[in-house]
Amino acid sequence: MDMPNPNPLILARKAKLIERLEAVLPPEAVIHDPSETRAYECDGLTAYKCPPLAVVLPASTQEVSDALRICHEMDVPVVPRGAGTSLAGGALPTEDSVILGVAKLTDVLETDYDNRFIRVQTGRTNLSVTGAVEEDGFFYAPDPSSQLACAIAGNIAMNSGGAHCLKYGVTTNNLLGVTMVMMDGTITQIGGAFLDAEGLDLLGLICGSEGQLGVVTEATLRILHKPEGARPVLMGFDSSEVAGQCVSDIIKVGVLPVAIEFMDRPCIRATENFAGAGYPDCEALLIVEVEGSDAEIDEQLETIIEIAQSHNPVALRQSSSDDESKRIWLGRKSAFGAMGKINDYMCLDGTIPVSQLPYVLKRIGELSQEFGLDVANVFHAGDGNMHPLILFNANEPGQLELCEDLGAEILKLCVEVGGCLTGEHGVGIEKRDLMLHQYDPADLEIQMAVKDVFDPGWLLNPAKVFPLQSSDARRIAAE
Amino acid sequence: MTALTPKTEAELAEIVASANAPMRITGGGTRPIGKPCDGPVLSTSALSGIELYEPGALTLVARTGTPVSEVEKTLAKEGQRLAFEPMDHRGLLGTTGEPTIGGVFAANVSGPRRIQTGAARDFLLGVRFVDGTGQVLRNGGRVMKNVTGYDLVKLMAGSYGTLGVMTEVALKVLPKSRHTGMLALTGLSDTDAVRALSRALASPYEVTGGAHLQNGPDGAPLTVIRIEGFENSIAYRADELQKLLGAFGTATFETDADRTTQRWREIRDVAMFHDAPGDVWRISVKPSDAPGLVAQVPGAEALYDWGGGLIWLRVPEGTQADTIRNAMQATPGHATLIRGAAGAGAFQPLSPAIGALHDGLRAKFDPKGLFNPGLMDRAA
Ligand SMILES: Cc1cc2nc3c(=O)[nH]c(=O)nc-3n(C[C@H](O)[C@H](O)[C@H](O)COP(=O)(O)OP(=O)(O)OC[C@H]3O[C@@H](n4cnc5c(N)ncnc54)[C@H](O)[C@@H]3O)c2cc1C
Repeated sequence: MDMPNPNPLILARKAKLIERLEAVLPPEAVIHDPSETRAYECDGLTAYKCPPLAVVLPASTQEVSDALRICHEMDVPVVPRGAGTSLAGGALPTEDSVILGVAKLTDVLETDYDNRFIRVQTGRTNLSVTGAVEEDGFFYAPDPSSQLACAIAGNIAMNSGGAHCLKYGVTTNNLLGVTMVMMDGTITQIGGAFLDAEGLDLLGLICGSEGQLGVVTEATLRILHKPEGARPVLMGFDSSEVAGQCVSDIIKVGVLPVAIEFMDRPCIRATENFAGAGYPDCEALLIVEVEGSDAEIDEQLETIIEIAQSHNPVALRQSSSDDESKRIWLGRKSAFGAMGKINDYMCLDGTIPVSQLPYVLKRIGELSQEFGLDVANVFHAGDGNMHPLILFNANEPGQLELCEDLGAEILKLCVEVGGCLTGEHGVGIEKRDLMLHQYDPADLEIQMAVKDVFDPGWLLNPAKVFPLQSSDARRIAAE
Repeated sequence: MTALTPKTEAELAEIVASANAPMRITGGGTRPIGKPCDGPVLSTSALSGIELYEPGALTLVARTGTPVSEVEKTLAKEGQRLAFEPMDHRGLLGTTGEPTIGGVFAANVSGPRRIQTGAARDFLLGVRFVDGTGQVLRNGGRVMKNVTGYDLVKLMAGSYGTLGVMTEVALKVLPKSRHTGMLALTGLSDTDAVRALSRALASPYEVTGGAHLQNGPDGAPLTVIRIEGFENSIAYRADELQKLLGAFGTATFETDADRTTQRWREIRDVAMFHDAPGDVWRISVKPSDAPGLVAQVPGAEALYDWGGGLIWLRVPEGTQADTIRNAMQATPGHATLIRGAAGAGAFQPLSPAIGALHDGLRAKFDPKGLFNPGLMDRAA
């Protein structure tokens, strides 16, 4: 994975930059000692590392604005950072960039149950947004598996999803307003505690823009009352095709589960060894969860189980207690951890039309054989968002490259069948150079033109999202 | 002047590529909102037809000139629907013609279910459009989750044809609910009505509509709450909601499907203002701010939808936009003149920084200034 060479002129201005930043920020908010900046050298995509020139950790929107204005004046690239859990390298620094972290911005600014919103600073973690309202029976719906660690800032930048987004949508569907600081330090407000912000849908544009358009410091989020209850059913099938067909039938019949999760045999085996959730040893397993009162849950599960029965499941476990529900979810929730225990892995994130599931799973199996690397599948089947995990050994020379090549083939396959490269993790650096498989140059050009409007100097997270050769002219002009 | 009605995307792109004067971009022309530009009409109405429909994947792809009625009919055959319940503007605006699916998204038209399921823009998965230089571009796709690059799909939704001419849309559809029920309270003040709606919407009972009519069919205030789903579960939730709303009076429970559907269609289409004179504003605010705002506007009649968050406000004909803007000074939100002659000034004024972003985007997408210049109240 290439990153642009650092600009020597910027490296040479480091002392001056630090001096100016320290003049507007408290001393502890500016980090520039290489032994300390190393903590920011990568995000969740740990294969790529590079310590930044400096790190700033502002404690208010005004401080974010001050820091950005100085970087703008000195032509220094800025990489916004939330909690650094991106799996796409979205928060990976370059040597000549300043990391602007929002980790100190963690306050809840307003909660309003009558109007069903919460306003928070974006450094707050996803789970602690729900944490702030759950005693009163409310929750914030998007729930990425990384929710304990990841920040709302990163969720907005990546438009993150979660297991329950089949029913509740992803971040963009739950975001009402933001305070965003532009690269030149201008503080803007978009939307608020009302529906559908005025004018063009800038909120929709900013969500998922991977820190390239502005730094989001505050967010107004929709909160919902918790359902009365939720219970899953677990079903095992002796082929992925049949499981895929079952998913499609469930969706068609008109029950809308909150989640339909899928695991294949390699994944089931690994999690069984790790978590011992008592999953059946079968080709494919589905966890389908529904919500409501007890009676409502029973009614929905009955419909779902009827459909499952028509596909001859090899196992069927309906939860009738919280305890059982926890056990059904245990394996799924520890899937990533389990895979990490036995191997290094790379987690892909392509989305496909649900109807293509059986074909794509079969092709992934063939590709896996061809490349000689095992692939385990665990994903949100209801919306076709796949997470093939490619297992490899990072210490063996050449394996990372082989793994990346296989990953690229799988993602191209997703695009071929009518899907896309990434459903929730974002492009970052990881899928940057595959973008031309999904989009024509002109389609990317108009996206880059959007960045031109928000950040004419291409200083915000410049080497991400677009293939380097596509953004070359703009990044070089900016130097 | 007769409208230009290209039959293919390529033909449309050619028209745009060779154009050098402003054009008025329309679909079915049933939603003339804001100040129209004087140029020739370029309509997508002949770009018609559903290109792909996969009920099992909840997706449909259609050319933008496809009539909404055709989309709805096709979905109904499979027991599915446009969950965001787009309004039909013809009754309110006195327009004729055939609303198109492209127009629905261009104006981000969402009905009562928006509070629970999302807006039109939340259901748009992908677009193809012709930009101001005549290039055919695309963004998004036809899958439910997609964060590949910038989300121009959202940007195109609600852009009123100012950024590009959409030629194809891919959308998410949902199953129809099996049953519908409606609770009704009468005689509430606006403030109490919004409180009651807030209480219902902040409950776990999945309310899919919450509206208050200052003047119900019999002249008295009427507050209605919609629930949808399996039969037993509707009965159960109605019961729970009745208990929850006890302080606001005894809510009656209506289960007749036709009457319920009819009532919500009237709310969706703002039927109560169809034959009543005056200008009509559409105002989005925090629900609890709504009654106070309405009280500030003299001679106004309100229909509250979205639990109070959406106000349809009928005011005397020719009421100055400033009257509304001044009333909103202390209230975050936005107001758009939907029916009336104000022309310019129909859209919410933007802050200088946000306005500059609008102008910058329009200049990039439409460098020749061809598409609906002046619309959305940006200088041509
Ligand atoms: C174990 C694990 C499980 C995961 N599961 C999921 C999952 O289920 N669903 C899912 O969607 N993702 C998942 N992720 C990916 C990741 O957690 C999300 O992308 C998350 O939203 C990143 O948040 P963050 O705060 O860590 O952002 P970071 O990693 O710090 O940054 C991510 C991007 O956001 C930008 N950014 C950060 N802060 C700002 C700001 N203030 N303004 C503008 N841009 C900003 C950065 O520049 C970068 O491009 C998972 C990751 C891990 C490690």
